Amino acid sequence: MISKRLLLVGMTVGAVFLSASVQARVLIQNKGSDTLVNVAQAWAEAYQTIDPDVAVAVSGGGSGTGIAALINGTVDLANTSRAMKQKEIDLARSKGQNPVQHIVGYDALVVYLHKDNPAESLSIPQLAEIYGKYGETENWSQLNIEIPGCKGQEMVIVSRQNNSGSYVYFRQAVLGKMRDYKMGTRDMHGSKDVVELVENTPCAIGFSGLAYATPEVKLACIAMEDGAPCVMPSVETALDRSYPIARPLFMYTNGEPTGKIQEYLNWILSDEGQCIIRKKGYAPVQNVTCN
Amino acid sequence: MTGTVRSLAAATPSARKQLDQLDRAWYIDKIVQFIVFASGISAIIFIVGIFIFVTKEGFGFILGAFDFAEFFGSPRWKPTSEYNPTYGILALIAGTASVTGLAMLIAIPFSIGAAIYVAEFATGKTREALKVLVELLAAIPSVVWGFIALSLMNPLIIELFDVPVGLNILNAGIILALMAAPIMTSIAEDALKAVPDRYREAAEALGATRWQVISKVVLPAAKNGLLGAVLLGVGRGFGETMAVLMATGHSINLPDSIFDSVRALTATIASELGETVVGSDHYQALFTIGIFLFLITFVINLCADLVVRGIGKV
Repeated sequence: MISKRLLLVGMTVGAVFLSASVQARVLIQNKGSDTLVNVAQAWAEAYQTIDPDVAVAVSGGGSGTGIAALINGTVDLANTSRAMKQKEIDLARSKGQNPVQHIVGYDALVVYLHKDNPAESLSIPQLAEIYGKYGETENWSQLNIEIPGCKGQEMVIVSRQNNSGSYVYFRQAVLGKMRDYKMGTRDMHGSKDVVELVENTPCAIGFSGLAYATPEVKLACIAMEDGAPCVMPSVETALDRSYPIARPLFMYTNGEPTGKIQEYLNWILSDEGQCIIRKKGYAPVQNVTCN
Repeated sequence: MTGTVRSLAAATPSARKQLDQLDRAWYIDKIVQFIVFASGISAIIFIVGIFIFVTKEGFGFILGAFDFAEFFGSPRWKPTSEYNPTYGILALIAGTASVTGLAMLIAIPFSIGAAIYVAEFATGKTREALKVLVELLAAIPSVVWGFIALSLMNPLIIELFDVPVGLNILNAGIILALMAAPIMTSIAEDALKAVPDRYREAAEALGATRWQVISKVVLPAAKNGLLGAVLLGVGRGFGETMAVLMATGHSINLPDSIFDSVRALTATIASELGETVVGSDHYQALFTIGIFLFLITFVINLCADLVVRGIGKV
């Protein structure tokens, strides 16, 4: 009697193990950027129905975390919202890894303003004077802007912590490689916190991803040069590259991808995968029609 | 030999049983002794282990890029600059000190007052309700305090004080005071309760009023415990990370008013360590801040210990 029951239990356990190993023969480890983590999760879930043999384990932690994991050889796909630095590529090579870059989408970096701020457009040189070291602009009245409810028209400049992908990209795109941010910026710990602070502070200006936009904040129209026509941030303007501060989003593989990882990446870049990233508020790599 | 024992056991089973029990008790005694000893020294092992780990990670920086004058004398914390990384923590020290200082200014009178009320004046249901509420206040997670600072206090401070931004020393000081007060109140109340009732009775018998009893007898008798409560609050303020990260504005600044945004030492480590390449100068510099924080808390605790002992002797 007892032995029969044992046998039954054993068979059940065996069957569970067997079915589990059949269902997930390949496990893809996917880690990195917090900007991309929601999209990466949506991709992983949707891919279950495409190829049940593949399981994708997604975790966030930031671009730096994904890159560090790739350097240590513990992930198959690293998500980043900035390109790897030469120093990081060299470090990876010295450890026997060979990072290969794949662009999987674009993100418009939006300059957020308080909804009472009357400013319509800002140019890249103006932004550089606001954010850059030795920048002259400290006051909204210097730009001939008067914000109701803003004490002394003093600018409250909101930035991100100094190793986030957004911080690095904004510095490179707006300030130029050789210029630092000025002292005294409020360095928020997350894309959402930037929008939250700008929403509640009339004097504030801040940058964050388009996916974090809410109806309570104003999106600035950005011009490449003073006097040039400005472009509103949107999925469309990020897609046709007319918006000046749209950044590519990357996935890095170790060496040219093969087998199931290659299939997964190809699917991400297919119309079906690109429709998912579009739905999450980012621009796809190519024009896609989604239902 | 075995034969003898066996025959002995067979002869007197009750004696054998007694012997077994004695054995068992002896072993249990030894095992419990060992467990208690291990837990006793585990704190020392952990603290030494943590210190070795933190020092090891930060040591490369201290021997390499570390410049004492820059590290403690410069407010420029720009570790990810492309052309000239600088590692100055003066502004971060000023941030932590100003926020903790303001929080203590607010929290000490409130929590000592609350403790006196709960321990000496409140009775019955009021007392129980107050104790439960104070403990509930201590159970609010720090990230929730951070949200309160960001979404509630920020617009409120802008409105009330007519300043450009509400994420500043005042905001963080109030939040930190609210976080530290419940713990300080609980400990201070315990200290007041520990003063024997016969002290109070003796004072009352001499004709002292209630306030005289408290100010002349109870407070002086409980001063060691009260000092302990205050130092625990200071420690809480110093070590708090998440709420301070969200409430201060996280801005590198040498403040000259309580409406300036600042940045704390702990918050800098929390927001930057996760995305730093392991082993880089930046990573090691963050660990050097960790060593510095460790040393400060060590000194605070040591001082507290010495002061409490010194007062005890008088």
